[in-house]
Amino acid sequence: MTEATEAQDLTAFDIDGKEPIIKYRNVSKSFGDNEVLKGIDFDLYPGERVAIIGPSGSGKTTLARLLMTLETPSEGTIEVDGRHLWHKEVNGKLVPADEKHLHKIRGDIGMVFQHFNLFPHMSILRNCIEAPIKVLGLSKKEAVERAKKMLDKVGMLEKADDYPASLSGGQQQRVAIARALVMRPKVMLFDEPTSALDPETVGEVLNVIKDIAKQGDMSMMLITHEMSFARDVADRVCFFDEGRIQEQGPPSKLFAHPETERLRDFLKSFHMNGNGE
Amino acid sequence: MIPIDVVSQVLPLLQEGFIVTIQLVIIAGILSFVMSFVGGLARLSRFAPLRWVSGFLIEFFRGTSLLVQLFWFYYALPLLGVTLPTGLVGIVALTLNYGSYGSEIVRSSILAVPKGQAEAGIALNMTRFQRMKSIILPQAFRIMLPSFGNLMIELLKGTALVSLITIQDMTFYITQARNTIGHDTLLFSMLLVAYFIIGYVITLVFRWLERKFSAGRV
Repeated sequence: MTEATEAQDLTAFDIDGKEPIIKYRNVSKSFGDNEVLKGIDFDLYPGERVAIIGPSGSGKTTLARLLMTLETPSEGTIEVDGRHLWHKEVNGKLVPADEKHLHKIRGDIGMVFQHFNLFPHMSILRNCIEAPIKVLGLSKKEAVERAKKMLDKVGMLEKADDYPASLSGGQQQRVAIARALVMRPKVMLFDEPTSALDPETVGEVLNVIKDIAKQGDMSMMLITHEMSFARDVADRVCFFDEGRIQEQGPPSKLFAHPETERLRDFLKSFHMNGNGE
Repeated sequence: MIPIDVVSQVLPLLQEGFIVTIQLVIIAGILSFVMSFVGGLARLSRFAPLRWVSGFLIEFFRGTSLLVQLFWFYYALPLLGVTLPTGLVGIVALTLNYGSYGSEIVRSSILAVPKGQAEAGIALNMTRFQRMKSIILPQAFRIMLPSFGNLMIELLKGTALVSLITIQDMTFYITQARNTIGHDTLLFSMLLVAYFIIGYVITLVFRWLERKFSAGRV
């Protein structure tokens, strides 16, 4: 098998003739003595949606945080659309990137956090137009227009003038999704977007993400503990454990026929048997 | 009975000093406020030498007596060849002392803003400056307001010490007046009331500011 067909086997997404937009190569990350990522190679194709599953502390979140430049990799390289993220080339040599370089590259990436991280001192609308105006240089009118469209998409337009503190967790997360979308990133990272929510608001947030996944040509990396959601939305599922990708493949295959003992045990804890139910 | 003639004799003196005390509070207050931000941000700088220098200066002026600082600038500095106008000595010493306290207020308030706020700013690709200006400082400012209210009242009380280097504030006039007029109880009571009035106005101003900056809080 060639490398290309091997990669194609792992995902339900058609990658024929496409180059990955994100390339992790031999990426490791340690916090003190604790190595949370151990030499990860990982590709994400333009438009592909990958669910990352695995037990807590397996390195899933760190994988996303490295791409968002919230953590610095201990080793390895990450490329975004053919450009190095954590390094820049000086006289043909790779040297560590500075803040200016990170700023240039990470505009392609957006992120939704477990704890929403809305700006509490700004109205919902202001939350969604602050960066488009300051970072993208949009006029206030353009930014408001874009923001309102996105708030409408996530069903939060009528709360535009409210402040985050007056919203439920699910509502705050929908606003956070809109805020990230207004920036029009090529790759969106969702870091356990429903883990901090009350059970009754989980569904509304998952539905919003599903809608976005269906419409857009945006690449998505979904770190989640919601297995049925992962199965519905993802083209590929990556199972992380102990800082490594233990197994990956299209959801139909991975959930129905897990190959490793670890994944079988992990899925059992979600009451998912070999039939993916 | 309160001897009205003594009151009417002292009031004009107290009024003179009142104006000087208020001038000291306002000028040293504004300068302390500015120094608080410069010092607080310097202590959080990415450049280590700036952190060390600002850290040392803040700890030094915070850790030594305001009275001794006043005496040093008033008596010792001229011996080294630098003589500052007396009023300026008062302002400089008050600013260095309370600005150092204020630097710690600014520093700790910035650190008290949850880390996720800066991370959200990074995820929206804001620059370091934009994150500080639009996200961190507005939230930190709300946290620091009550402490600044406290600091301004401390500053007000600290101004009484400048009378000891012959600046003619309220305390200076009253301690002078008691030498000629007597009536210690009455005079010092009037002085207390005068400080309390200024202090209470400061409290009201800061309460108003706290309300003004509490947008978004339930």
